[in-house]
This record gives sequence, structure tokens and C-alpha cells, in this order.
Amino acid sequence: METVMSVNEPTSLAMPRSRVIGAYLEEARSECLRYMRAPGFMLPIMLFPAMFYLLFGVLMAKSNGADAARYLLASYGVFGVMSPGLFGFGVSLALERDGGLLTFKRALPMPPGAYLLGKMLMAMAAAGGVILLLLTMAVSLGHVTLGPLQAGALLLTGMLGVLPFCALGMFVGTLIKGQGAPGMLQLIYLPMSFMSGLWMPLPMLPKFLQQIAPIWPSYHLDMLAMAAVGLNKEALLPHVLVLVGFAVGFLLLAARRLRRNG
Amino acid sequence: MPHNHEPIARLGGAVKRYGQLTALDGADLQLQRGELLALLGPNGAGKTTAIGLLLGLIRADAGTVELFGQDPQRIEARRRIGVMLQNAELPPTLRVGELLRLTASYYPAPRTLAETAELAGVSDLLKRSYAKLSGGQQRRVQFALALCGRPELLFLDEPTVGMDIEARQKLWTAIRQLLAEGCSVLLTTHYLEEAEALADRVCVMTHGRMIHEGTVEELRARVALKRIRCLSTMSIDTVRGWPEVNEVRRENERLHITAAEAEVVVRRLLGADLQLRELEVQRAGLAEAFTELTRDADEASDTNQREAA
Repeated sequence: METVMSVNEPTSLAMPRSRVIGAYLEEARSECLRYMRAPGFMLPIMLFPAMFYLLFGVLMAKSNGADAARYLLASYGVFGVMSPGLFGFGVSLALERDGGLLTFKRALPMPPGAYLLGKMLMAMAAAGGVILLLLTMAVSLGHVTLGPLQAGALLLTGMLGVLPFCALGMFVGTLIKGQGAPGMLQLIYLPMSFMSGLWMPLPMLPKFLQQIAPIWPSYHLDMLAMAAVGLNKEALLPHVLVLVGFAVGFLLLAARRLRRNG
Repeated sequence: MPHNHEPIARLGGAVKRYGQLTALDGADLQLQRGELLALLGPNGAGKTTAIGLLLGLIRADAGTVELFGQDPQRIEARRRIGVMLQNAELPPTLRVGELLRLTASYYPAPRTLAETAELAGVSDLLKRSYAKLSGGQQRRVQFALALCGRPELLFLDEPTVGMDIEARQKLWTAIRQLLAEGCSVLLTTHYLEEAEALADRVCVMTHGRMIHEGTVEELRARVALKRIRCLSTMSIDTVRGWPEVNEVRRENERLHITAAEAEVVVRRLLGADLQLRELEVQRAGLAEAFTELTRDADEASDTNQREAA
């Protein structure tokens, strides 16, 4: 039956592809399960930007017209999407590096990337949740008129747009262990949001900040979100490319650090 | 059928530095198929670093590290191992059964859930959340995770810390069962009795090197000594002359005697010094045996003494 069988090569070595895929699915499933059972971690991450939108995008900005309301929805949507990326990904990674879970998983034959993919899906789901929350508030309280296609486009933008921030959060999570990560991420999150014109429209910011805005990934995502709600007619490809480049760059940096230092 | 003496895990002159600190300083280790090797040593000896190299968690600065003849960072090599680390905070909200299912999914031909649970003694815990378990139960679950993939080699890093005596005995039974199935084990432990109960070979590390390797009996011979302490005016030369005494020294008034047969020495002491007070007899712990081994090693290689362990 067996033609080749040496002592050092057991027959069970090969991992069928179906089992590799199964491992990815199991990892994603576990990641989602564990956070759904502990809403204390993800819920504040999702509610913080939603509260911001409610205060500044809905209650404070009532009488500026339909375009203004959509404008606010798009930019606060971007603000909201950054949070699960940076914090959901970055903080959980920093905590799990600290607690030894990541070390354990690296010692196990977990398919490379399964861990990150699981977290990524989780962040995408949370980003989708944030956008839906904002859409609900926008339509019911903010008198925003939005076609279903526009709403769908914004949702898609948010769920994919979270990925560059996952990569950035991941990189910060590999730099800082444990409890220091949230503070560091706040230092990135809030100023970057402000300087990308997410809180106040860019034209209202100082000239210098307007000029450097294209450095920030949130600026490019904002351009896409604006297009989704029909406020930006310019070419979108450059913004997409910048975001992809940003995501890949930080992913590679983070992966390198993880491989070397754990 | 050819006999294969290739080690399944090997460190050859492995060196690992963390900045100024040399954690491993030319460590050699060979693990043969089917054996249980216990890696012993005081804290900071380099055990964790040695394990980390073999698991592919860190890279050696020099020397060779092999797992089944491959680089441990290759997933193919790690599909043949099971791992129980000293401190890994597993996702608290997942249930034991879910953790087992997830970990088993990484392996090509894992055990069934029921088989794993039975072997590790966690059948009654499968539906419980990991966070709700006691420390000892959590260790048992971690053990179950280590063996669920039907590994050929198990890494057990201080597996019984935090377990009560009964749980420890059960774990030992399970380890013996795995060994009988042909699984190899690399065990690190602080408990000499654990090494005595399980190990074929024992390897003692200190300062990043292996300083003693041999059977359990050989190590036991070094550690079976007793320490006798008492306040006595007797001269140490007299005591040193007794054939049962291995070593004697005096600190202030107090005599410190090391002997294999403490009873004989105590009888002689009491007979010789009627004013003798504060008599204490203690079995020399593993730590003391290490200290002795370490001291020997230091003297032999004439290295400078480091900070006291």
C-alpha cells in the first residue's frame, strides 16, 4: 500500500488544502465569537465615534442644508471607521502580545496570516456596524437624504477603508506592548482625524494643514466617502492607490517586526 | 527497517544574546524519538530561550537549531509538535471545546475532541468558558491543547505549576500514556520529583549552557544529599574526618554539614557534643543541587561569578 515510508517521515504530514482553509475559518470564527461575547471591548470602540457624530454632526449642525448633512455623515463615517481599525486591531494585538497568546499561536502550526485575517474580519464587521449606526442616526435624526446606492457605497467604503487603519494599528501594536498602546493610538487617531478635515471641513483649517492633508490616509478615505455620498466627482483611483499602498506598507513593516520580535 | 538515530530536535552550539545579556552561550541539546528529556535549571538559566529557539519563536545568533531536521520556523516542522507554554492567556470568553476545536484545526490529523478531552481529563469542562476555570483546570486545558494535534513531540514548559497533587499525578499518567504511544517530550520543570517520575534523561542548564546531562539516577545521586545545621562548638576538622560527611563549613557558630546519610551523622553529632543546639536536617532541594552544579561549572571554567541566583 505504502510505497515510500521512512522512519522520519510519518504519513500524516501533508496538510490537505481543505484543512488549511478550515483553519482560517476556525480562526475567524473564534475571533468573532470571543469579541461578541465580550462586548466591553468592541462596543466603546464603535460607540465613541457614533457619539461624536451625534453631538457634532447631528445636534450642533442642524440648519446647514442637505449637502452639509451628507458631508458630515461622510467625514464622521471615516472618523468612525478608523476606530475599529486602530483600536480593535492595534490594542488587541498589543494586549495579546503582552499576555503571551500571540507567542503561543506562533509556536503552534497556525497558518500564517490566519490570526491577522481573523482580526481583520472582526474590524471590518465593526466598521460596518459603525457606518450602519451613523446611517441610522443620519436618516432618522439628521434629516439626511441618501439613496440606497449611496448608503451601500458608504458602507462598502467603510468596511474596506478600515483596512489601512488595521495595518497602522497593527504596526503600533507591534511597537508597544500591553496597556501603553491605547494612549499611543489616541495620539495618532485624534490629531490625524482633525488634520484630515474630519471634524471641520479642510477649507476652515490653516493653510499649512490643508497642504499636508494628503499625507494622512484618513484624508484619502474621506475623499472616497465623499464620492460615495455624491459630493466628490473627481478621480478616485489615486486615493484608492494611496490607501492600498499605505495598508501594504504598514502590513509589511508590522509583519517584519512580528517575525523578528514576536 | 533502518534504525534512525537522527535527533528529532537539536540545538548545536546555539547562541542567543539580548543586548548585553547572553541568554544562551553555546547550548547543545539532542532529543531522540520516543524519549522524555527533562530540562532543568534555575530561573534565568536559559531554558525558556532554548525552548523558544526550538519552537521558532526567536532566531539564534549562532549555532544550529533543528526540529525534525528542519528550521523550526517552517510550519511543516511545527505541525508535528504540541506546545504548552508557561504563561499564555487564552481568550477568556471562548469555551474549552471551542479552544480545542480551533487548535485542532491547525493540524493535519488531529485527535477527536472526545479523545483529547479524555486523555487530558477535561471532558467535564468542554462547555465551560476558559475564564471561569480554576488555575489548575486552565493548565489541564492547555495540556489538552498541546496534545490535540496528535503531535510526535510535545513541549511542556512547567506543566504542573499551580496544580494540586492529584491533578499533577493525573497529568503524569497522561504523559506516560503519550510516551507509550511513541510521542517524545521535552519537559522543563522546577520539580525534581517530576523529572524523577517521568524523565529518561535529564539535562541541567545554567548560564545558558548545559552543565550536566545524564540519567535521572545520576542526577539523583547528586541531589540526594541532606543538609544538617546546628549550633556546636565542635571543630570542622573533626566533623570533616567522619566518613559519612561530604562537606562541612562553619558560619559563625553554626555548622553546615552536607551528608548522604544524615541519621548517622546526627547520631555522631549528638554523641560528640552534648551542648549541641538548634539541630535542623533538610533534604537538599533541587535549587541547592543546581547551585552546587553551577558552582562546579563556574570553578571548572573559571568564569567570574555572576549575581547570586
